[in-house]
Amino acid sequence: MIDFGGWEMPVQYGGLVAEHKAVRSAVGLFDVSHMGEIEIRGPQSADLVDLVCCNHAAALSVGQAQYSGLLHHAGGFLDDLLVHRLERDRFLLCVNASNQTKDFHWICQSNGLEAKVVFASGDYDQLAIQGPSALPVVNRLADRDLSAVRYYWFARCRFAGADAIVARTGYTGEDGFEVYVDPKQSQQVWEAVLAAGEDYSIVPCGLGARNTLRLEAAMSLYGHEIDERTTPYEAGLGWIVKLAKPKFCGREALVRRKAKGVSRKIAGFEMRGRGIARDGYRVFSGGDEVGHVTSASPAPSLGKNIGLCMIRADLAQAGQPLEIEIRNRLVPARTVPTPFYKRPRP
Amino acid sequence: MEYPNDYRYTQEHEWVSPQADGSTALVGITHHAQDQLGDVVFVELPAIGDRLQAGSPFGAVESVKAVSDTYAPISGTVTDVNEKLLDAPEQVNDDPHGEGWLVRISVADAGELDSLMSASDYAAYAAAETEH
Repeated sequence: MIDFGGWEMPVQYGGLVAEHKAVRSAVGLFDVSHMGEIEIRGPQSADLVDLVCCNHAAALSVGQAQYSGLLHHAGGFLDDLLVHRLERDRFLLCVNASNQTKDFHWICQSNGLEAKVVFASGDYDQLAIQGPSALPVVNRLADRDLSAVRYYWFARCRFAGADAIVARTGYTGEDGFEVYVDPKQSQQVWEAVLAAGEDYSIVPCGLGARNTLRLEAAMSLYGHEIDERTTPYEAGLGWIVKLAKPKFCGREALVRRKAKGVSRKIAGFEMRGRGIARDGYRVFSGGDEVGHVTSASPAPSLGKNIGLCMIRADLAQAGQPLEIEIRNRLVPARTVPTPFYKRPRP
Repeated sequence: MEYPNDYRYTQEHEWVSPQADGSTALVGITHHAQDQLGDVVFVELPAIGDRLQAGSPFGAVESVKAVSDTYAPISGTVTDVNEKLLDAPEQVNDDPHGEGWLVRISVADAGELDSLMSASDYAAYAAAETEH
């Protein structure tokens, strides 16, 4: 068990590699109740979400979810988040546990509109059911057919005897669902999912597998690929920035950044020499230090040692030779296209 | 888990096993260490002929989730390394006190063994650490 933002969470239940492979081949269950929730309600709720987030919230239909960024005025990430439009005038923001208090105060402070900001982390626990067999498992527990819920949409339904928001989202690179329920019912839902998943060889998964799965899918982790000093353009997340919106926090800074171009960028790499890169290791090219590793690990699905690094932008395209400093030794690596892993499409 | 009685143990979770030849010893990491690391996927070994200083790092054992430096329990010169681990690092998990050994060293000063923990002391030390 480790302390994660005040939550005691298992790094692994049975074994990280077995848990990782279960999600790729069958289905895994994660307790991600540490994630923070903030609700925005009221006639101008869409305007407030669009003021503090860089993606276009007003474009969402009720029942739709969107990956977005909460940026400060210089364009760096206060957090990354999922925005769910629960009702026309009600949004649920799912934010990182370690940032939730900061996020809440930031949104409150930005709020001069007819909208109410509610710190709702205590109202929701979250379970993630991820893997190619996630759909048949959740369909055993929901009061409706969840195959009708498309990627980045959600249903509000009865689920294992609880009122739930069941979103087709995830942090693993697989098909899957993230289920939000009342904390009073989350244990019952956890047990019901494990029982319903038995026929599909469901495995409870810890933070370790969550990290290796998201890394193979090249998804950003706050505090690693993104932080307050990193803009969406540097992180390869320019697609979540909607400069066509006339006004949002960070917009002016990003307009300037975009015109100027970025000097550093996130790139994927794989090790060519023997060695495993780790977070924070220094990256070299032709003898010059050119950046640092933001996340790295052996990739259980790929049989390679991979990572993401923040390096000089001119080196960020695939095929560049790099060297990673591992215990005072420079080990060859090479930039590669991301994501490292893509799920097979039926 | 049984910790062999004829081995000696360090606070950094290495074991050292004096060999019958009287001049060399095998070195590895303990059951507790491999259990904490999880699935071992990579082992970095020194070169034959390297001189190890007691308490100094000589390599590393890595799992998917973490890297752990390995420290020489006693001083000596590396006379052999377990090259099987390069292709089968999981042997460190499967048999940490046997087939998962890391290096063989020629012992410079057998007296250094006396400062290390016995099997029963180490078992208590590892158990106390697990509770924290």
